[in-house]
Amino acid sequence: MINLYEVTETNKMIEKENLDVRTITLGISLLDCIDSDLQKLNDKIYQKIYDAARDLVKTGEEISREFGIPIVNKRISVTPIALIGGAACRSKEDFASIAKTLDKVAHEVGVNFIGGYSALVSKGMTPADELLIRSIPLALSETERVCSSVNLGSTKTGINMDAVKLMGEMIKETAQYTKEEDSLGCAKLVVFCNAPDDNPFMAGAFHGVTEADKIINVGVSGPGVVKTALEKVRGANFEVLCETIKKTAFKVTRVGQLVAQEASKMLGVPFGIVDLSLAPTPAIGDSVADILCEIGLEYAGAPGTTAALALLNDQVKKGGVMASSYVGGLSGAFIPVSEDQGMIDAVTAGALTLEKLEAMTCVCSVGLDMIAIPGDTKATTISGIIADEMAIGMVNQKTTAVRIIPVIGKGVGEVVEFGGLLGYAPIMPVNRFSCDAFVNRGGRIPAPIHSFKN
Amino acid sequence: MKKTIITVVGKDTVGIIAKVCTYLAENGINILDISQTIVQDYFNMMMIVDTNNTEKTFGDMSDELVGLGEQIGVVIKCQKEEIFDKMHRI
Repeated sequence: MINLYEVTETNKMIEKENLDVRTITLGISLLDCIDSDLQKLNDKIYQKIYDAARDLVKTGEEISREFGIPIVNKRISVTPIALIGGAACRSKEDFASIAKTLDKVAHEVGVNFIGGYSALVSKGMTPADELLIRSIPLALSETERVCSSVNLGSTKTGINMDAVKLMGEMIKETAQYTKEEDSLGCAKLVVFCNAPDDNPFMAGAFHGVTEADKIINVGVSGPGVVKTALEKVRGANFEVLCETIKKTAFKVTRVGQLVAQEASKMLGVPFGIVDLSLAPTPAIGDSVADILCEIGLEYAGAPGTTAALALLNDQVKKGGVMASSYVGGLSGAFIPVSEDQGMIDAVTAGALTLEKLEAMTCVCSVGLDMIAIPGDTKATTISGIIADEMAIGMVNQKTTAVRIIPVIGKGVGEVVEFGGLLGYAPIMPVNRFSCDAFVNRGGRIPAPIHSFKN
Repeated sequence: MKKTIITVVGKDTVGIIAKVCTYLAENGINILDISQTIVQDYFNMMMIVDTNNTEKTFGDMSDELVGLGEQIGVVIKCQKEEIFDKMHRI
């Protein structure tokens, strides 16, 4: 039977080390809502989401109470709207009306984000894809809880550079549309290479077309738990270090698995995956950067950071895989800047640059995340940053992403405050040399060769 | 059997166990196991209880025990056993 020591350990993780389940995300297919009449389409979308998700928040709270574990977010992801709205939408405003419907139903059922205002254009764009992409600034400025994502490339298809160029412009435009709120719209907009169909985390969650009608995906979190475990093995060798991370990741992920199964049972929706993630928040002691410091770095960004992050990411997966029956999503350590106090400190101290962050994304989950840059950064420069990050994902057969915020009216050294889980960030300098001619070429970068690996 | 873990943590005082056990007895909740330590004047107790025969819902039982804890001056927490089982047993 369970003993006092084990109970105390679990409760200490929850109460003192910020162990929580970061999100229960209900994926809902909207394929059966497709209609050529915009009003009917909006009505069907509202009804389907409302019927599927009305008990989601209540169920999350009930599970949280029964097990005494916080479940921070309850969220919804839907089929990429470019596919759903293609038959009905003739203008940007038409697409934005779907975003408003999503926002309305999100408020109604009480979820804090709804993802899937998305297009999958890794090889080419249909007219509907392009229209949706062009409507993103409008949609994000007129809604509060809608998140948008665009898949721009994959290992199998290469990189759609026309879409990369367009997204650079759309990110700038979104920043401009939401400049009164420090360009907050861009915090809800992410571009991907190799986007997963079952990601429970925002802003990139969408319900892929290969998924079932409804599915429950869960994202766990526990940087504080890993950090505390590592405090006990200071100075020990890498074998001990890695074993400690693995064991801790196992425990953290088991909680996610339990919550996912309970939610699946209570909602009558199949369990999809657990995302084996280390997701930080701006709260003190809930930082991935602090783990890197505990591993032995003065600040995240110091030499050794990429290696430390690589081992952390790998051990989290190795420990987590055995703890869960199905693993998916983004799985790995997240390194958002504004959502992690240790990362913010590292940027402020001058230890962490955009270039180092890019190197870090080669070995960890996702990519350049929640990075504030000067508002006068050119659209082509943003496209260049995106292209670099997509190339890393394409060649390394991993998911990479860019969620970058050009803060209109602010420059390097100033601070931008997004609030809540999105945190705050010092504005980082961007390489000032031009890539205009590169971005303006147009077309696609071909898929990479899968042999002669060097 | 539906098992719940009740933990009680706080400054040691006379009658903590008595008061908690009285509540459990009055509500038909059977105690399967108790372990308790005192570290630096701090009372730390864990009970494994069987809630099959109580008429209370989990939520009501949890709220009432939290309330009882506030009266005694300790923190009482109720959690279903699975979270510990999952985390510490393969």
